[in-house]
Amino acid sequence: MTAPPARVILICSGKGGVGKTTLTANLGIALARLGETTVVLDADFGLRNLDLLLGLENRIVYNAQDVLEETCRLEQALVKHKQEPNLSLLPAGNARMLDWLTSDDMKKIVGMLAERANFVLIDCPAGIETGFRNAAAAAREAIVITTPEMAAVRDADRVIGLLNTQGVAPVQMVLNRVRPKMVANQEMLGVSDVTDILALPLLGLVLEDEQVITSTNRGEPLTLNGSLSPAGRAYMNVARRLRGEEVPLIDPSRERRGLRARLMGKIRRTTGLF
Amino acid sequence: MALFDFLQHLLGLQKPSATTARERLQLVLAHDRSDLNPELLERMRREILEVVQKYVEIDIESGDVSLATDDRVTALVANLPIRRARPLPSNSLETKARANPSNPEVLAPGDNPEIPEPIPSQSSELMDVQDAAHEPSPSP
Repeated sequence: MTAPPARVILICSGKGGVGKTTLTANLGIALARLGETTVVLDADFGLRNLDLLLGLENRIVYNAQDVLEETCRLEQALVKHKQEPNLSLLPAGNARMLDWLTSDDMKKIVGMLAERANFVLIDCPAGIETGFRNAAAAAREAIVITTPEMAAVRDADRVIGLLNTQGVAPVQMVLNRVRPKMVANQEMLGVSDVTDILALPLLGLVLEDEQVITSTNRGEPLTLNGSLSPAGRAYMNVARRLRGEEVPLIDPSRERRGLRARLMGKIRRTTGLF
Repeated sequence: MALFDFLQHLLGLQKPSATTARERLQLVLAHDRSDLNPELLERMRREILEVVQKYVEIDIESGDVSLATDDRVTALVANLPIRRARPLPSNSLETKARANPSNPEVLAPGDNPEIPEPIPSQSSELMDVQDAAHEPSPSP
């Protein structure tokens, strides 16, 4: 019996701070909970944080660099999550790795991980330089995460262009930190605005949620506990959709509309103006 | 400040900021995707107008060459309203010589119906010429 080939998914955004690492951590836990053997690889060698978000920072002994230099075996470097043993982390090496790591090195590591997992999630560094290109070279498919902000959408567009030229497919999108009230008041780009502009299928929609911050403080991704917050549910749904399940998207316009939108709607209806 | 914005919005003085964001993004992405800076685009626009003007008289004021983007495909869109076909001087165009190499002198403007035709078709590979004000070329 041969196992089906692993899904190697790059999680990238272009701009920093839009939620790549949070998505990687939550998706990793969610997939593991759904019974998938999953490895998350921190490819952000300059500014690694995936260990912190997963609460594994104190358990790191070896890292990707040691595996490449063969100072340890892959099994020794992988950090298994205590509560979700289906999930392991391969920590990033130190920042000097950026100087010598090639796309072939990256392919070698990812190839090793793909042999032992159903899903390999690569947490990509921000930017579109070597770090991104090396990570993209090793990936088969990609999730571009963005927020409804101008700079994030523009940078996501650059990344999508580069992924297309590197032959990474399919490329799907997660729209993060949407504020339904601002969207209803036309103070924030809406879901269809972003999907139209970037022309990507929407894999997930995550509303702004303070719980993300508290879960990061604890090193316990939202998908880890049973009672899920809005963002946690959204991440869980992303994992389900990745596995091919049909899960309907939440409708942000169903959220309570702001005062201005209600007032404007009323004026529009009664006067028939604009 | 929010109240001031609201009043402006109410009075129709200001577009919602999401609309502004969408418009600005679409424009900047069209440029990003084509890797053309505004200066280069302007130079290209001038050259295109020069070439087109050799063949037809166009309304420069309302002429427009810009980038448009739809579904990740960026197109160069030229909208050049044509006033009328230019009377062709007998020895200035090689096309004419090629069209009738045996006797270039005999060709009078408007004699050869093929000459105005190639303009849109030749350029259509490069751009989508929307000659809104296209009139049948008058023969003098």
